[in-house]
Amino acid sequence: MWTIGALGFTAPLLLLGLLALPILWVLLRAVPPAPIRRRFPGVALLLGLTDDETQTDRTPWWLLLLRMLAAAAVIIAFAGPVLNPQTNRAGSGPVLILVDATWADARDWPRRLDRIEGLLADAARTDRPVALVASTDLPPGDLPFQAPGAWESRLPGFSPEPWMPEPDELTEWADGLEGAFETWWLSDGLAREARAPVLAALEDRGAVTVFESPRPLHGLRPATFEDGLVQVTALRARSEGASEVTISAMGLDPAGIERRLAQADAEFANGEREARAELSLPPELRNRITRFEVDGGRSAGAVTLTDDSLRRREVALLAGRENREGLELLSPLHYLEQALAPTADLIDGALSDVLLANPDAIILADIATVSPAEQEGLLEWVESGGLLVRFAGPRIASSDVSRGEIDSLMPVRLRQGGRSVGGAMSWGEPKTLAPFEEGSPFHGLDVPQDVTVQAQVMAQPDPELAERSIAKLADGTPLVTRRGIGQGQVILFHVTANAEWSSLPLSGLFVQMLERLAISTRPAQPSADDLEGTVWEAAAVLDAFGRVQDAGTLPGVEGSRLAQGRLGPDMPPGLYEGEDRSIAVNVLGPDDTLALAAWPARIPVEGLDVARETLLKGYVLALALALLAADILASLFLSGRLRGMRAGGTAAALAAALLLHPAPADAQEGLTDEERFALEVTNEVVLAHVVTGDAQVDGVALAGLRGLSETLFRRTSIEPADPIGVNLETDELAFFPFLYWPISTDQPIPSDEAYAKLNEYLRTGGMILFDTRDADIGGFGAETPEGRKLQQLARPLDVPPLEPVPQDHVLTRTFYLLQDFPGRHTSRDVWVEAAPPDAEQVEGMPFRNLNDNVTPVVIGGNDWGTAWAVDERGQAMFPVGRGYAGERQREIAYRFGVNLIMHVLTGNYKSDQVHVPALLERLGQ
Amino acid sequence: MSPPLSTESDFDQAGPQLRTRAEGLASVLPPLLAEAEHLASTVMFGAHGRRRSGVGDEFWQYRPMTETDEVRMIDWRRSARSDVHFVREKEWQSAQSVVIWVDGSRSMAFSGDKNRPTKSDRARLLALAMSVLLVRAGERVGLSNLGQLPRSGQVQLVRMAEALTGDLGDDDYGMPQTPGLPQHARALFVSDFMGDMEGVEAALAKAADRGVRGALLQVLDPVEESFPFDGRTIFESMGGTISHETLKAGELRDRYLQRLAERKDRLEHLSRVSGWLYQCHHTSDSAQAALLWLYAALERSR
Repeated sequence: MWTIGALGFTAPLLLLGLLALPILWVLLRAVPPAPIRRRFPGVALLLGLTDDETQTDRTPWWLLLLRMLAAAAVIIAFAGPVLNPQTNRAGSGPVLILVDATWADARDWPRRLDRIEGLLADAARTDRPVALVASTDLPPGDLPFQAPGAWESRLPGFSPEPWMPEPDELTEWADGLEGAFETWWLSDGLAREARAPVLAALEDRGAVTVFESPRPLHGLRPATFEDGLVQVTALRARSEGASEVTISAMGLDPAGIERRLAQADAEFANGEREARAELSLPPELRNRITRFEVDGGRSAGAVTLTDDSLRRREVALLAGRENREGLELLSPLHYLEQALAPTADLIDGALSDVLLANPDAIILADIATVSPAEQEGLLEWVESGGLLVRFAGPRIASSDVSRGEIDSLMPVRLRQGGRSVGGAMSWGEPKTLAPFEEGSPFHGLDVPQDVTVQAQVMAQPDPELAERSIAKLADGTPLVTRRGIGQGQVILFHVTANAEWSSLPLSGLFVQMLERLAISTRPAQPSADDLEGTVWEAAAVLDAFGRVQDAGTLPGVEGSRLAQGRLGPDMPPGLYEGEDRSIAVNVLGPDDTLALAAWPARIPVEGLDVARETLLKGYVLALALALLAADILASLFLSGRLRGMRAGGTAAALAAALLLHPAPADAQEGLTDEERFALEVTNEVVLAHVVTGDAQVDGVALAGLRGLSETLFRRTSIEPADPIGVNLETDELAFFPFLYWPISTDQPIPSDEAYAKLNEYLRTGGMILFDTRDADIGGFGAETPEGRKLQQLARPLDVPPLEPVPQDHVLTRTFYLLQDFPGRHTSRDVWVEAAPPDAEQVEGMPFRNLNDNVTPVVIGGNDWGTAWAVDERGQAMFPVGRGYAGERQREIAYRFGVNLIMHVLTGNYKSDQVHVPALLERLGQ
Repeated sequence: MSPPLSTESDFDQAGPQLRTRAEGLASVLPPLLAEAEHLASTVMFGAHGRRRSGVGDEFWQYRPMTETDEVRMIDWRRSARSDVHFVREKEWQSAQSVVIWVDGSRSMAFSGDKNRPTKSDRARLLALAMSVLLVRAGERVGLSNLGQLPRSGQVQLVRMAEALTGDLGDDDYGMPQTPGLPQHARALFVSDFMGDMEGVEAALAKAADRGVRGALLQVLDPVEESFPFDGRTIFESMGGTISHETLKAGELRDRYLQRLAERKDRLEHLSRVSGWLYQCHHTSDSAQAALLWLYAALERSR
């Protein structure tokens, strides 16, 4: 390897080839460019002309230079240029590679692994034994010095941990090290108290080199809820410069898919290490948030899990009467609102609306009855886990609810009337509360003596009454009763929610009771005392990269350990669940800060960047190829071929473009179905019949048109293609000059759009042959089902006045001379557009001057389709008449068809009087 | 819709559309003759009298009767208006023989651009168009290549069209051939005149000996006039028999053009001294202009 600066060559001797370039120069100069051969008749005039100068046979200097560069590039390429050839890290003796391997390393962990790999490779080159130690996972005993190759194979399984090393433990370990070794310390860049003693201990053993990443490091403190806003504080390790991070709130959407629910930007001012982001979120959204994370943070510190402290319960408040306007203190809901507003989100509205919002709790203050539908909805909601809290009051006291038998939404049966104690008209004193028994949710709350009850509704003595009452008056009568329904429960306060019946709502106990009933939200963090003696189980844990993992079978964590807050292998960060609440244990606490590690000046600090070897051979060869390609163009230009190629060049470019975007080989491709259909039916004359929906009728009609088409093909210059069936609803009619419409009684009446199309078709020159196929039974005036159907079908059609085909109608002579139009039947009744009343016969002429138009409809009942029908082999499908006379009738039917199509296609051509003499001659007159 | 939409293959086979397609093909069949007829139809033609009295249809003059005239020759209508007897004379009209030589050598196959007709195409078109005109004027026309005497009539046109649609010869450059040139006939030589001038001189001399006059039409491609070449080039004749190599074709341009001009001058001079007319026509120009010139030239010399 021979290097110049950052460039090295693997085969430097090849560079001597560059010396040959001047020789190549001379050689290339001597060879003129190849000539073009041109055919040119004028060459006769050129004979004998000589070139004035011989200079032009030399290649111009710039082309030579181009070729020289190409040749030089080839030589250099094969000399194997390498950018940043690896140099060795010098030194000898064992090496300790100490990796912090905390969550702060996680963000650029792959780079750290690369660096470790590089260091291991360096050590391998000089045969130094290596010990690789993570500060979060200290090895017991002596340093495990091994060959670097052994460590290299273990590297992929080496991962950071989501906690910081225990300072005392680390210092102790460092002090306990023995022997002389060099230390390469991959620091995570954060300041920690254990740094200085560990560094001192390591320096005692040998030289220390620190590797640090200059990448910014961000962290998040736990989110808090203040003043209706979610507040998240972002931290950074570096204080210089202003920067901004985006904080995302992640959670499950209603479909159960985790997604980003909200995001906010936190801006760090210059010199600040903290930035605060505030999110104003609707409660539904806020309750869904499971964690906040810094976008792109990718470390456990940049993620903070949320627990119940952020969750706010939704409570719906409904009162029976709101008729005492202005007397707010007497409102049944006033004290509830006051008690709940700071810690819960209140919903009000009609019960049916409230149920849709699926609140955590519904409080009904003195509502006796609800409508059956609402009752059902409430019951369903309670059964699926809702908490229904009812307060008594005058209405409940006077109603029949839960009297004889227990109401489905009441915890107990009630006695009529209720009772009043301590009033002016009663004997007794107002009652006080008895201390809460064990097993009651209120157990442990202090009972203030000034809370008195003057009136209450009474529960019927029942066997279950004792277990259902969770709070009692001093005289033992239940004050609060509870009954579980499905997964939810119903709770009845036997007093009013306002101060009318008792002073309970005025006391602090009221708030605490609501809190215990999980109606309102608890204060954020439980104290250490609260946690004493409890065991918490991890529901989800964070790894160092900030990914939420399933906790699996991690052992439970004691409350005291949780209160300690120090993370470790026995308590990774995550969400811990206790009896009725969950606590998030995050990497960063509410008071933590991040700071950069400060290293003494004597310690060399290197970056993580590994200068990679880049082999340049391929690039240089590509350059040589590009130069040679340019040389081709230049040579062509010089020899004058480029000019001639201009047209060809564009053609070639076009061809290349076509190769890239192959044009449709067939013009038919790329057409829509409609266009294809249009092409099919307009390239040739195509006869068509209307699809009636009756398979039998349609088949015969198609076969009939096939027979007619073949006859036309054989006998006339009309050469129709295969006939097709036309759906009136979907197909375009304008392409067809002629439609055969056999009437079937089963055919549905076409839609209005179809009729619009049909009328347009008739108005613009189309012809429809209606065939009722009933001629031998349906005479003139007699009605048949098909006849009625025809009337029904044709009613919306724009059909002109009709008359039976007159003797001199052009249909009788467009191709054959006919007087009868038989099909399978031989009725004479065929109707066409009536001749104008002023048509008159000129003296001496056999025909009248008739209308110019083609008749838009021909109506008959001779079942022509059957007479025309042929199968695939051209054989008649149905018998017509008897014997020879029948064949003659079929022949006449074909002739009628030929005449009809001729009439459609040629109009009144045969009506033209020019043809009269010839026709007269034929008629023998 | 259920049915038998014909598939694509139906469009390929000789189905019902055969008649249509055959008609389309046939309509472009007789290209050269039709084109020539079309070109010729743009030129008005009339009767070309000999400018002297003789046998013909057109009235020439009345002249007083002389003794040698027979009585039946008297034009009584004219004579009735005066005291002298007049004889009505007609203009002498006689069919002229025109021999056309179209260069059929390989050099005529040259075209400098794909969109331009070759020189041979243009030359043949002009020759045939001129023949059409001449036949309509009642003259006898013949191709010197055919080796037959000039004839008149539509059949001769068809015969000529057939001869003119054939392949080109093997020679690089053509030489006028006039084997059976009738005395006092007219001649038309159409060529690029790029070859040896000796042949042209000889042919002209021979024609002059026989009292034949006519026109030389030089058909050139614009490329031959502009010589837009550059760089090292080997020029080859169309047959490949002659070649010339140059290192810098651009340098030759001026001298080539000079030689071309000399060649044209020489043709002009030759034609002038032998009583012929000379014109140079480029294939990029309209054929009609050349036809008009040809018409006028043969008119004059007729």
